[in-house]
Amino acid sequence: MVASRAVGSLSRFTASRMLRCPGYICRSFTRSSALLTRTHINYGVKGDVAVIRINSPNSKVNTLGQEVHSEFIEVMNEVWSSNQIRSAVLISSKPGCFIAGADLNMLTACTTSQEVTQISQEAQRMFEKVEKSTKPIVAAINGSCLGGGLELAISCQYRIATKDKKTVLGSPEVLLGILPGAGGTQRLPKMVGVPAAFDMMLTGRGIRADRAKKMGLVDQLVEPLGPGIKPPEERTIEYLEEVAITFAKGLADKKISPKRDKGLVEKLTSYAMSIPFVRQQIYKKVEEKVRKQTKGLYPAPLKIIDVVKTGIEQGSDAGYLSESQKFGELAMTKESKALMGLYRGQTLCKKNKFGAPQKEVKQLAILGAGLMGAGIAQVSVDKGLQTILKDATLAALGRGQQQVFRGLNDKVKKKALTSFERDTFFSNLTGQLDYQGFEKADMVIEAVFEDLSLKHKVLKEVEAVIPDHCVFASNTSALPINEIAAVSKRPEKVIGMHYFSPVDKMQLLEIITTQKTSKDTTASAVEVGLKQGKVIIVVKDGPGFYTTRCLAPMMSEVIRILQEGVGPKKLDSLTTSFGFPVGAATLVDEVGVDVAKHVAENLGNVFGERFAGGSLEVLKGMISKGFLGRKSGKGFYIYQEGVKNKNLNSDVDSILASLKMPSQPDVSSDEDIQYRLVTRFVNEAVLCLQEGVLATPTEGDIGAVFGLGFPPSLGGPFRFVDLYGAQKIVDRLRKYEAAYGKQFTPCQLLVDHASSPNKKFYQ
Amino acid sequence: MWTIFKVFIEFVNNTASVLCFCVFFCPRGMWDRSSLTGIQPAPPALEAVQAKSKQTLAKPNMRNIVVVDGVRTPFLLSGTSYKDLMPHDLARAALSGLLHRTSVPKDVVDYIIFGTVIQEVKTSNVAREAALGAGFSDRTPAHTVTMACISSNQAMTTAVGLIASGQCDVVVAGGVELMSDVPIRHSRKMRKMMLDLSKAKTLGQRLSLISQFRLNFLSPELPAVAEFSTNETMGHSADRLAAAFAISRLEQDEYALRSHSLAKKAQGEGLLSDVVPFKVPGKDTVTQDNGIRPSSLEQMAKLKPAFIKPYGTVTAANSSFLTDGASAVLILAEEKALAMGYKPKAYLRDFVYVSQDPKDQLLLGPTYATPKVLEKAGLTMNDIDAFEFHEAFSGQILANLKAMDSDWFAQNYMGRKAKVGSPPLEKFNIWGGSLSLGHPFGATGCRLVMATANRLQKEGGQYGLVAACAAGGQGHAMIVEAYPK
Repeated sequence: MVASRAVGSLSRFTASRMLRCPGYICRSFTRSSALLTRTHINYGVKGDVAVIRINSPNSKVNTLGQEVHSEFIEVMNEVWSSNQIRSAVLISSKPGCFIAGADLNMLTACTTSQEVTQISQEAQRMFEKVEKSTKPIVAAINGSCLGGGLELAISCQYRIATKDKKTVLGSPEVLLGILPGAGGTQRLPKMVGVPAAFDMMLTGRGIRADRAKKMGLVDQLVEPLGPGIKPPEERTIEYLEEVAITFAKGLADKKISPKRDKGLVEKLTSYAMSIPFVRQQIYKKVEEKVRKQTKGLYPAPLKIIDVVKTGIEQGSDAGYLSESQKFGELAMTKESKALMGLYRGQTLCKKNKFGAPQKEVKQLAILGAGLMGAGIAQVSVDKGLQTILKDATLAALGRGQQQVFRGLNDKVKKKALTSFERDTFFSNLTGQLDYQGFEKADMVIEAVFEDLSLKHKVLKEVEAVIPDHCVFASNTSALPINEIAAVSKRPEKVIGMHYFSPVDKMQLLEIITTQKTSKDTTASAVEVGLKQGKVIIVVKDGPGFYTTRCLAPMMSEVIRILQEGVGPKKLDSLTTSFGFPVGAATLVDEVGVDVAKHVAENLGNVFGERFAGGSLEVLKGMISKGFLGRKSGKGFYIYQEGVKNKNLNSDVDSILASLKMPSQPDVSSDEDIQYRLVTRFVNEAVLCLQEGVLATPTEGDIGAVFGLGFPPSLGGPFRFVDLYGAQKIVDRLRKYEAAYGKQFTPCQLLVDHASSPNKKFYQ
Repeated sequence: MWTIFKVFIEFVNNTASVLCFCVFFCPRGMWDRSSLTGIQPAPPALEAVQAKSKQTLAKPNMRNIVVVDGVRTPFLLSGTSYKDLMPHDLARAALSGLLHRTSVPKDVVDYIIFGTVIQEVKTSNVAREAALGAGFSDRTPAHTVTMACISSNQAMTTAVGLIASGQCDVVVAGGVELMSDVPIRHSRKMRKMMLDLSKAKTLGQRLSLISQFRLNFLSPELPAVAEFSTNETMGHSADRLAAAFAISRLEQDEYALRSHSLAKKAQGEGLLSDVVPFKVPGKDTVTQDNGIRPSSLEQMAKLKPAFIKPYGTVTAANSSFLTDGASAVLILAEEKALAMGYKPKAYLRDFVYVSQDPKDQLLLGPTYATPKVLEKAGLTMNDIDAFEFHEAFSGQILANLKAMDSDWFAQNYMGRKAKVGSPPLEKFNIWGGSLSLGHPFGATGCRLVMATANRLQKEGGQYGLVAACAAGGQGHAMIVEAYPK
């Protein structure tokens, strides 16, 4: 009797649970009739909430293109006209991506600014409808929500985002030389305030979810889930959808208000922004700052300011109009073509075209705990690579370990890591003075001093202890890899991995293969580089490889120009105003005068007069006085700890004076000086392609911009030739050749491009 | 001025998050008898006749280890009758109760082990202080262990180890937690200044140190409510866990209601025989747990989520509350117990400790531990007559039940071929659990073991399974075998 009662009660317990189950299990999911005809967007109705799912086929990300646009309009019209539907949730079915932005191909396919303006206006109209929708629409954001994706999200009535590291909101259009062209310039300032909107649109920086919540960019956060009834990512999206549905209902029932309570600071800012004088001051300040930073080389930021201003001062209609027009204009600029080219190149250089290596590298060993060695260690340990850092002395090793720790700890301070993650990552690092554990290494990267005999010594030592499959990579900036590999028992396993300093900041990795390097070794090196978060170019071995070789003739010209009496400060300002992020004289100091001399000497011997220009004596003179650049405290400038404004090192003047060369007035205008530097760079880069050191122009552009700071606004040497015109460059080179000699002789490939205007590096 | 204000806010916030455990959901007397009729415990003696995989878990050449008896103080909501006590006072009460219950001669006890989580710094080895105060021989050594919510399980298994290895014959294991008072420290900066001051020799040195003082030095440091590795509070993690297993708010509330209803019934029927009255100095004698308060689903539904706001599902009503309490058990080698004339209640058999990801699987300890301990003992789920699982949160229990019942989870996360299956609810925590009886972190383990032993005795079952999760992503399970009558 008791037993039956117990059973009965239990079944009741279960039954009630089933019946009153509040959502996902019991709800019927009516599918829309037109489901099968659409490829990117479909929707279903849960109760009275339409769940609109974006999932572009055969792509890792969703982008806003023509097809998506028209399907979205279709779906929204159905949602708006249906009596059953009272609210909607907009969500992506792709893990890690809401909408990554507009489809760039759609923009690049346009030939006139009018076409682009029209695309912008169509999007504006659509998003305005979304904004004015009487049925509340909730954007459920998991993963990247960028550009057009963000513009769509901020048109919705409510935003819910997962608090995941992958969830990033931002307006990166400026980085592509354009502006948010779908109402973003008008809505964002209203949503987060003018200063924050400027910050987002002018820097293009991505905002993490928790910060977005604080800024008012999203209304609710959803925590990512761990494993449960399904894999974490899948269930997290489902959960996000469930939560979004409750909020959509709440909004439709007016139980939840889409308005956000503003904090005191926010209220004060918005009050201040209501005073015209304050607004004018802000525009002025921002504009000044932008002009100073872009040096007038990038038109997009100024136009963004202009469009925002128009919207606020003259009303949204004028704002939208201005936005679409400026959007069209910008899309046609050389700058945006250059920047979009770089963006594409960067995406290409983040793929491993050599396929997966036979054996995944899990145990890494780095020789030399100097700036480079420790830097390589830092970008490895936080990707989960077990890393041995070896040096010869405890002091050097300790310095290197401290550098790794500081790098990780800085991320903790910026809240990009937790202190616990820092500790776990740091425990991936083993510091040691001997070769213990090298028998388990899958890859050894040597970053010892740039001296061939030393490199030979460590190569032999290492080969005595490492297993057969282990790759030996040399981090050298100029020593040819085949010379290093000459003493190797297994040259097919030797490769060059040229990192750039500071390793944790510089995105580029130049991988150098010799004739003997096996494909699997290359695949392995690329795999490790990609894991380390690098953008990778793979080049053939040769003196100076690609990057150093391009830089050397330009550096030679730098010395020549200094010898001709142009001061380092003037030279710096000429180069930075051309678009180089670092002035040419400062660059010598940063690289190190001794390194520059070493490279110039080596390459000068190989390449002869093409690398002529300035005299090596300048560098030698500086070295003899101990002016090695930043690392020694003195170079062309004097560097002091804690002093920001560096002063000229007047002691260099006497060296330059004693080696003074006559300047030639007809090739020494400011513009000529700039072009003397750039054309030598470009000429050498094109020669590298001609000689097969480079496989593709894309890699040449990426290497030059990400490794050497070639002006991004020009898109790299090859893009520059395409956009500026090969003929014009050849003309300049001929002019300088007449004045200086063979170092300016244009290479054959460049001449070919000049003689047939249809020839382009990028078709 | 702004800093002081911030400090104040921070303090209030932190305190609030500690307190939200204690916010209780219904006033006294809301208990509604009708809601209880739905749930009845399983009938006794039915399952015991069922054939077992093994007659007994005794192993050749291994000492049998038995629990003679165990007691606990009533578990009280923090901030009630125990609020002026210190942890060792409570622990002493449990020890005295055990002495009284078992009449064990004090000098026979070889060793004493206690578990605790939030340590009172004055009595960091609370086992020793309590034992001395309870009148145990000063020749009986004692130590304190900590392993979050399975601290007293660790105390008991340590005792098992000492006896099994022949080091001891008679060990008292227990646990204590007093959440009414927690050590709140000065800030690190303040502590540093105070320590430096104590070393300063001259007036000048002292003055220069004092001149470094800033008001924000005064902001206090509270004991962590969050997991150190992930900085996530347990309630927050429980809410995410419930969501990961798609467990609704209603299911959680229903489970909490079940726990409270069953506990109330067990209390009413006098089944919670491990509770010993405690005369609190200066206050009335406490005779029973005071956290058992069945409410109605309607009342519970009104509560706001406590952790993931505003849409989470874990509330004060479906979480265990901050509790004060202590427990102790007497563990002996079987032959010693028999020689001393005891009739033991149960054998302590195989046990396991497990650990997993402290972020996403923080509270899944029982899921991992259960199949492992069953395998170790050579038993199956069907052999178990009494399950006693620690209930940290309704959502946590339900998630564990679902995880144990999922082949997908077993295969993808536990490296097992198939699921172990979820325990039948009619054998599961039928005298209430931590949600209703309370959860003094360090003391819950002994309560679970005694509840299992007492249930086996009462219901006539043979095998019981104790399982619990703990902070740090750890877990524990142990098989308890009834001592034959």
